[in-house]
Amino acid sequence: MTIETTNIVKVASGLRLQFEEAQDSWVLLYPEGMVKLNQSAAEILQRCDGKRDLADVIALLEKDFEQTGLQEDVMSFIEIAREQKWIKFL
Amino acid sequence: MDKISLMDNASNSVIDTDKPGPPLWLLAELTYRCPLHCAFCFNPIGFDSVKKELDTADWIRTLRQARELGSVQVGFSGGEPMLRPDLEEIVAEARTLGFYTNLLTSGVGLKPKRAKALKEAGLDHVQLSFQDSTKELNDFLSNTKTFELKREVAAMIKDNDWPMVLNCVIHRLNIDYIDKIIDLALELGAETIELANTQFYSWAKLNRDSLLPSLEQIKKAEEVTERYRDKYSDRIRIISVIPDYYEKRPKKCMNGWGNVFLTVTPDGIAVPCHTAKMLPGLEFPNVKDHSISEIWYKSEGFNRYRGKGWMKEPCRSCPEQDDDLGGCRCQAYMLTGDPAGADPVCDKSPHRSVIDDAVAIAQTGGTAEAHPLVFRDPKASQRLSAGKDGADILLPR
Repeated sequence: MTIETTNIVKVASGLRLQFEEAQDSWVLLYPEGMVKLNQSAAEILQRCDGKRDLADVIALLEKDFEQTGLQEDVMSFIEIAREQKWIKFL
Repeated sequence: MDKISLMDNASNSVIDTDKPGPPLWLLAELTYRCPLHCAFCFNPIGFDSVKKELDTADWIRTLRQARELGSVQVGFSGGEPMLRPDLEEIVAEARTLGFYTNLLTSGVGLKPKRAKALKEAGLDHVQLSFQDSTKELNDFLSNTKTFELKREVAAMIKDNDWPMVLNCVIHRLNIDYIDKIIDLALELGAETIELANTQFYSWAKLNRDSLLPSLEQIKKAEEVTERYRDKYSDRIRIISVIPDYYEKRPKKCMNGWGNVFLTVTPDGIAVPCHTAKMLPGLEFPNVKDHSISEIWYKSEGFNRYRGKGWMKEPCRSCPEQDDDLGGCRCQAYMLTGDPAGADPVCDKSPHRSVIDDAVAIAQTGGTAEAHPLVFRDPKASQRLSAGKDGADILLPR
């Protein structure tokens, strides 16, 4: 399945996105494990709320960070997140 | 580990702190009591002498202190943690504190009502183990009684929308049926199955010659596992690690001593791993007497084998020392008598022959008939630890 900007995604059930003060970073928690997210990944995942589609996620990121042309980066991260089973498609 | 240099302007001296990171992983062994009698159990041989368990308030204090330090994963283990009537209360506190909460259970005694209560308490994940204790091997393999129990628990896991991770300890007596084990996991709808090769400590060490698979068995199991991985990669994740006895380099035990793991035993002793209590000449602090911060950063128990300063040859000058940090201290002690020596799994260890000897026995049929399996139960615990502490019988033979 090709990922489209009309897709709506959220963090997969059983996983939890959380800010960890001790590590000064966002982490994704899953059964008996954890991945420490870099800032971009954290900002993307926080906006994937299961309501807005990926086009809206990209638009929101571009607005919040006063940038343009983020689509390619976001979509390639979403591809990785899908492979890792971090997200589910609604 | 980040190395920070602090310049003290007043005295113009340089203080080096090589502070370890937080104990990210807290293993809470809530009880040693267990309805099962697994011959590969990793609880200490002398578990039956532990009568006084930490109470609810002790556990809650421990969770709070660990969380403050940065612990984020907590595993509730045992024994069978569901034997604690206050499990829900402890889970609820952990979840409120922001832990990702894992319950490691055999599923024995889990009913829909309790599952619902645990869900409401905020339990994030149930890791269901096959309680194939080799006594029940036939049952297990014929998928009758065990299958019924696991099917019921699996349904509860699905009903409560928990991720399903199955764990099965693999050994000489069940490794030939690894296909059936994966089939069962597929049938139950598990997302992950961990084929956990027996680690030879405690009861499993007692029974090693009956439980260590032969090389032929391991090769066959690897082929089967690979076949299943190819065929079902979209349905299930299969995690499998071969027994370290068949490796040339040791495992990086616990990802480094006092690096990320902190275990608290049912009676409150804090240890860097669940078998470390066996090590001689090392005191481990109790959470009833010390804070988690003192324990993690300041206790001799956690500092002794931290990093690489304690290493002797061949580890001290080994170019691979960062890959495995010398392996497992308990294995070095059990098999060579020296807890600061190289893990004898390493073929650079002068004691590698103790591993080769065990492997050689495994090729010639093991000793299951000559030495019947010793099953973990309170009577065996008392008998084996009578007149000496449970660790003594783990001394090298």
